[in-house]
Amino acid sequence: MSKKVLMCGNEAIGEAAIQANCRYYFGYPITPQNELTAYMAGRLPEVGGVFLQSESEIAAINMVYGAAAAGMRAMTSSSSPGISLKQEGISYLAGAELPAVIINIMRGGPGLGNIAPAQADYFQATRGGGHGDYRTIVLAPSKVQEMMDLTRLAFDLADKYRNPVILLGDGLLGQMMEPVEFKVESLKLKGKGKKTSTNKKPWALTGAKGRPRNLLRSLYLGTLEQHNQHLQEKYKKISRKEVRYEAISLKDAEIVLIAYGTSARISKAALAKARKEGLKVGMLRPITLWPFPSDIVAGIAGRAKALLTVEMSAGQMVEDVKLAGEGKCPVHFYGRMGGGVPTAEEILAEIRKI
Amino acid sequence: MKKIFSRPQCMTDVRTHYCPGCGHGIIHRLLGEVIDELKIRERTIGIAPVGCAVLLYDYFDLDIIEAAHGRPPAVATGLKRANPENIVFTYQGDGDLAAIGTAEIIHAANREEKLTVIFVNNAVYGMTGGQMAPTTLIGQKTATSPAGREASTAGYPLKVAEMLANLPGTVYVDRTAVNTPANIAKAKKAMRTAFELQIRGLGLSLVEILSPCPSYWRLTPQESMKWLEEKMIPCFPLGVIKKAPPKRRS
Repeated sequence: MSKKVLMCGNEAIGEAAIQANCRYYFGYPITPQNELTAYMAGRLPEVGGVFLQSESEIAAINMVYGAAAAGMRAMTSSSSPGISLKQEGISYLAGAELPAVIINIMRGGPGLGNIAPAQADYFQATRGGGHGDYRTIVLAPSKVQEMMDLTRLAFDLADKYRNPVILLGDGLLGQMMEPVEFKVESLKLKGKGKKTSTNKKPWALTGAKGRPRNLLRSLYLGTLEQHNQHLQEKYKKISRKEVRYEAISLKDAEIVLIAYGTSARISKAALAKARKEGLKVGMLRPITLWPFPSDIVAGIAGRAKALLTVEMSAGQMVEDVKLAGEGKCPVHFYGRMGGGVPTAEEILAEIRKI
Repeated sequence: MKKIFSRPQCMTDVRTHYCPGCGHGIIHRLLGEVIDELKIRERTIGIAPVGCAVLLYDYFDLDIIEAAHGRPPAVATGLKRANPENIVFTYQGDGDLAAIGTAEIIHAANREEKLTVIFVNNAVYGMTGGQMAPTTLIGQKTATSPAGREASTAGYPLKVAEMLANLPGTVYVDRTAVNTPANIAKAKKAMRTAFELQIRGLGLSLVEILSPCPSYWRLTPQESMKWLEEKMIPCFPLGVIKKAPPKRRS
């Protein structure tokens, strides 16, 4: 049985994590993701989990590193400046191949920026973010229900590939309230919940009882290149298998909007207005930002007259769109920065200009 | 023939990379003996630091994770909270614990994490080539204090053990050294106490061990022992700094 509940995006992520058997959360306060930290503080003790407010974002991601090493599903969340601090730990998670879920509810930058919604961390999220050759899987929800669904998926993908997964939302998605569908039983989940089984994680550190000892590390003196090659093979496999996107009205589209997250919601409204005017507009919404749906964009670029990328940044995803499109058609860009959110009218005006 | 001396069971049959006269080898052996004697090998998880001791994961036959510089207490927190039955120790140098990782060690201690911290203080950064450490003595010459450490520009030797002893979350803080057989025996006893307290489910224990680094003190191994005795111990006095009265397991 399921039930619809009104929740903000940040809380929805928290409940989804608990439904996904995450029992370990480590975080540090930062706006605009504080509802998530507070939700976990209240909810995790009810299900026998551990909530810990760390002394810093650096400590939080390293606690995640420890709990993940123990074979548990673990999560941390933050917003842009805090995610910068976590990059050291994310690089170590990637190097040691530990599964973890990291939530970034983006705000304006650079520096302290502001607390308004932004999409300026696309490069950071999709290019690894920290030092060294690595990738994180990046999931981009565009509504509260999807924040739930993708959080659950994030844990599955993290375990499947032994890789950190980033859920990339923004302040608007984190704070807005929308109805979400829950299984009633899970909302009532109390007492010691199911903890993650380590049966399927033979690499986990539990004490070397009745088996050879386990070692988790990212230091490979003399053999690093082989380790790098192994990681790259894994990333290739993820690129082949895990691309996710939503396609809207592409069949006859001459102009195709490309946008994710909050920008995609607004672009969808612009698309509806444009269609009413008789403009043949379609839209592609990448759900995985890495792996990016490059093949789909390449196909669209071969058929459409022009692409219009819409972002709340100075233009970051647009570089991936151009790379994928390989110059087959013009790629336009419309962006707002510093907490500015584009309106459907602004996007429509850009469409008309093409 | 009867074997009367061998390496501890929890250690591997590997030659270490440490320099001649380095204290890490002695400290590793003491750690191995304590783990064997307490029969905790199969529930122990070790955390290797960044620094000279990073390769300790090659020397111990234990579940081990290597952590980023300064972060072992946070990583240990994640491991111990996930599996409280495990015995978790960090092994950290002075750069790791007393410089880049000060926030992590202070807050792990303040949260009363049930951990054992082995803190090796040799007053210098060894791995990176003998730079000034937070524990470098006043006047001590290093790669980055070529004229000798001056307090007015580079600060004073940081006494982390005394700082941590002030926190209610620490149950045991002891400073030992590995310069004489008597002190080595005391160091082992201190490590044993620190693990026993964790086994009993009590808060954070820290054993600081003053340890020679002949390579970057630019001394012979023998001169190093003398320097440790005459220069280091007066700055970092040996002995139990704190032992909290026994508490019930909560």
